[in-house]
Amino acid sequence: MTNYDFVRSLPTGQGLRGRRLTRIHLDPLLLAVLLAIMGFGLVVLYSALDRNVSVFTGQVLRLLAALTVLVVAAQLDPRIYLRWSPFVYVAGIVLLVLVLVMGDTAKGAKRWLDLPGLPRFQPSEIMKISVPLAVAWYLNDRALPPSLKDLMVSLAIIGVPTGLIAIQPDLGTSILIAGAGLAVVALSGVYWRWIAVAVVAAMAAAPLLWMNMRDYQKERVLTLFDAERDPLGSGWNIIQSTTAIGSGGVFGKGLFQGTQSHLDFLPESQTDFIIAVVAEELGLVGVVFLLLLYLVVLARALYMATEARHTFGRLVVGALALTFFVYVFVNIAMVSGLLPVVGVPLPLVSYGGTAAITLMASFGIMMSIHTHRGW
Amino acid sequence: MSAVSRVAGRMRYQAVVALVVLTAVALFGRMIYLTVTERAFLKQQGDARSLRLETLQAHRGVIVDRNGEPLAVSTPVMSVWFDPSRRRLSSVEMVRLGRALSIDADDLARRQSRAGKREFLYIDRRVSPAQAARVEALGIDGVHFEREYRRYYPAGETAAHVVGVTNIDDEGQEGAELAFDDTLDGEDGRKLVLKDRRGNPIKDVEYLSAARFGADVRLSIDQRLQFFAYRELKAAIEHNGARSGSLVLLDARNGEILALANQPSFNPNDPTSFRPESMRNRAITDTYEPGSTVKPLTVLAALESGRFSARSVIDTAPGYMHIGRKLIQDPLNRGALTLAEVLAKSSQVGIARMALAMERRAVVDAFARAGFGVIPACGLPGEVTGQLPDNELDKDIVRAALAYGYGLSVTPLQLAASYLTLANGGVRLAPSILPRAQGPSGERVFAEADVRAVVKMLEGVVTLDGTAPKARVPGYRIAGKTGTARKVGASGYDDARHVAFFAGLGPVAEPRIVMVVVVNEPVGVASGGGEVAAPIFSRVMARALRVLNVEPEATT
Repeated sequence: MTNYDFVRSLPTGQGLRGRRLTRIHLDPLLLAVLLAIMGFGLVVLYSALDRNVSVFTGQVLRLLAALTVLVVAAQLDPRIYLRWSPFVYVAGIVLLVLVLVMGDTAKGAKRWLDLPGLPRFQPSEIMKISVPLAVAWYLNDRALPPSLKDLMVSLAIIGVPTGLIAIQPDLGTSILIAGAGLAVVALSGVYWRWIAVAVVAAMAAAPLLWMNMRDYQKERVLTLFDAERDPLGSGWNIIQSTTAIGSGGVFGKGLFQGTQSHLDFLPESQTDFIIAVVAEELGLVGVVFLLLLYLVVLARALYMATEARHTFGRLVVGALALTFFVYVFVNIAMVSGLLPVVGVPLPLVSYGGTAAITLMASFGIMMSIHTHRGW
Repeated sequence: MSAVSRVAGRMRYQAVVALVVLTAVALFGRMIYLTVTERAFLKQQGDARSLRLETLQAHRGVIVDRNGEPLAVSTPVMSVWFDPSRRRLSSVEMVRLGRALSIDADDLARRQSRAGKREFLYIDRRVSPAQAARVEALGIDGVHFEREYRRYYPAGETAAHVVGVTNIDDEGQEGAELAFDDTLDGEDGRKLVLKDRRGNPIKDVEYLSAARFGADVRLSIDQRLQFFAYRELKAAIEHNGARSGSLVLLDARNGEILALANQPSFNPNDPTSFRPESMRNRAITDTYEPGSTVKPLTVLAALESGRFSARSVIDTAPGYMHIGRKLIQDPLNRGALTLAEVLAKSSQVGIARMALAMERRAVVDAFARAGFGVIPACGLPGEVTGQLPDNELDKDIVRAALAYGYGLSVTPLQLAASYLTLANGGVRLAPSILPRAQGPSGERVFAEADVRAVVKMLEGVVTLDGTAPKARVPGYRIAGKTGTARKVGASGYDDARHVAFFAGLGPVAEPRIVMVVVVNEPVGVASGGGEVAAPIFSRVMARALRVLNVEPEATT
């Protein structure tokens, strides 16, 4: 099959260190690029936080925690993931139902669960990993490409949590989770004609979806086509973010020099809209640099997917890699006005711990699968 | 893994890579579009949000009197405003603002509801720095402050007409404020300021032009005399139940206006007292028929004519005369009078006889040379020419009436200017509201000997035998002339309404002060110039001579 010696073929020195890291189930290249993204992100975040050291330190600690999660997740044998996938999935579904029954309402949506003895968390976060794992578990010992029945079961596995999250409502997350599951299905080799049928069906269902969307969600979609329709309301975010991006130009205004981000014009500048800070202060150059780092992560992860020697590993690594890229794409497309505004943070750069921990867990799983190829 | 699935897997893999590349290209493309193609527009949009041109308020110059006493100064005040298009004030906030600024919260609510899409609405203007601090302490988001300057007039109503006022935008509207607006007015500077979304200034980006402060203006007014003159005039107007009055006090040596007062007046610090009738600077804008106060000029013309001399005697018997159907009369038959006696007793018949004995234009020429019928150009706004007749001079009645002060109109300032010419021995000087840098260069309009003779005659007016013993000033020789001019009513001259004048100068030997007092429509039995205007003249003249350290002289 493909070249197993990819890691060892790296230049000397790197190779030595690589071998040592490989022994503790870490992928040196992937880890290095992830650290680079986090480092870059911390610099930008420090500026976006107006040099607030205590908040900044908190974020550093969160990222360290996320790194720990990655290391731990990488140590677990992939067979453990395979065995536990259905149970974690079912537990996740139960928690999602609990959220709807007894979740905390914040900003008109029930997303958080406050169980005794546990920190407050969003069960939907678990499903970002659990859904692709569950679909891969189901397809693992089936004939591929999947039969129509297997496909339907897979879609059901995806559909239940997607629906539960959509009615919280958290449309952004539900779409991302559906995307993660569908990535597994797509990678499993479904026939093109079925994909074509699905696309047509989706387009036919679009009006139905539109009719069931809440007013604020419709507003966000309409804003995409004409931000000026409500410049001080739903259009405000997108007008401000494109203004910030554009005014940075090719080389940016310099770190800490962004007027739109520092003078309160840019909303959510530390979280979802942080790429606009990158663009305003570091310019197109900064954005391209960060995007390239993301693409390296994606390329490495996809390579790791092809290296996996069993269906479960291949599907999980490939799907998680694609999910990661979808986050990057959706976030940047949203901030730059290509997609409606949905609450998706920029992976490893936006302020916040939960998303980073989930992402690093998924990279841990990918490394686990990649480094336990003896199985 | 079957062969089929491996092939399908590879195809899927390629499709995935193709999709990734496509989306990555879309993102790169979008970013390049925004940062390169749209950059100029978006940058300008960004600057439009955060960069604001701010005005650096240049304060207005100070107006001072001749001794440097402040008459108009600018004090810093704050104006409070907000942007209703960005954030509307809640009713609770408006009530709190109303309490802090002592304004009507309901009125503010009404103005806000009418504001529409406006981006600027004053909550209150010109509040004290202390009030502004109270508003700031409320911490209401979106409320801004603008530093302005408010004009304050220490002399209040006493110098209101001379100093004038500015409007709320600090532009001169009246008096010296208007006349010297170009000098007083500073030029606001401009700077580019970086502001955050709430409108708070973050830093100054660039100074475009510095503020140029207005220059100070020094007036010829002597605040001490102005204050005293105003007080005396006001008391007399009230005491005599008169409608209005004016007082003009000139420095006899150079024509500088030392005091200029009017009644009614207004408080320049209180805009609610601004009424047109009280804001008018009557001394320079209102014209009156001057009555007997012009008789000295008629006598001057008579001396010039060569047909009369200081020793000439005029027969006024039987105390009245007819010109056409018109009866001219003195209160009693005084018989033969010298020219001095004609002036001292203010004989209408005597003056009319002289006028009719002269050339047709002799009197009107003398009046014109004394400055009647032309703008005095003292430097204050609103001066008028008055009327000096030029036709119908071949009618005897017109020439006779002109000689005793009817059929022409002058302002109190013009009248004062004509006595200024007498005080200067026939050299005409323009009155001036600004101190004169060098000695004035006047124009000789009358022969000195004639003028000296007339001034000497005018001393007789302020004796017990004259019409105005009440104009006397102890310790000084005073020359002057009363006037009591009936006003024109609905049907010809009105016997009930008249204007009382006194115009004079002192000390006679070396005149320092020229003064005109006008009291419009006094009421009472004894309300002629000698009874109403002369006492004011006396008191103000006495004070002025003392203030100016004029040495008393031996009175004859």
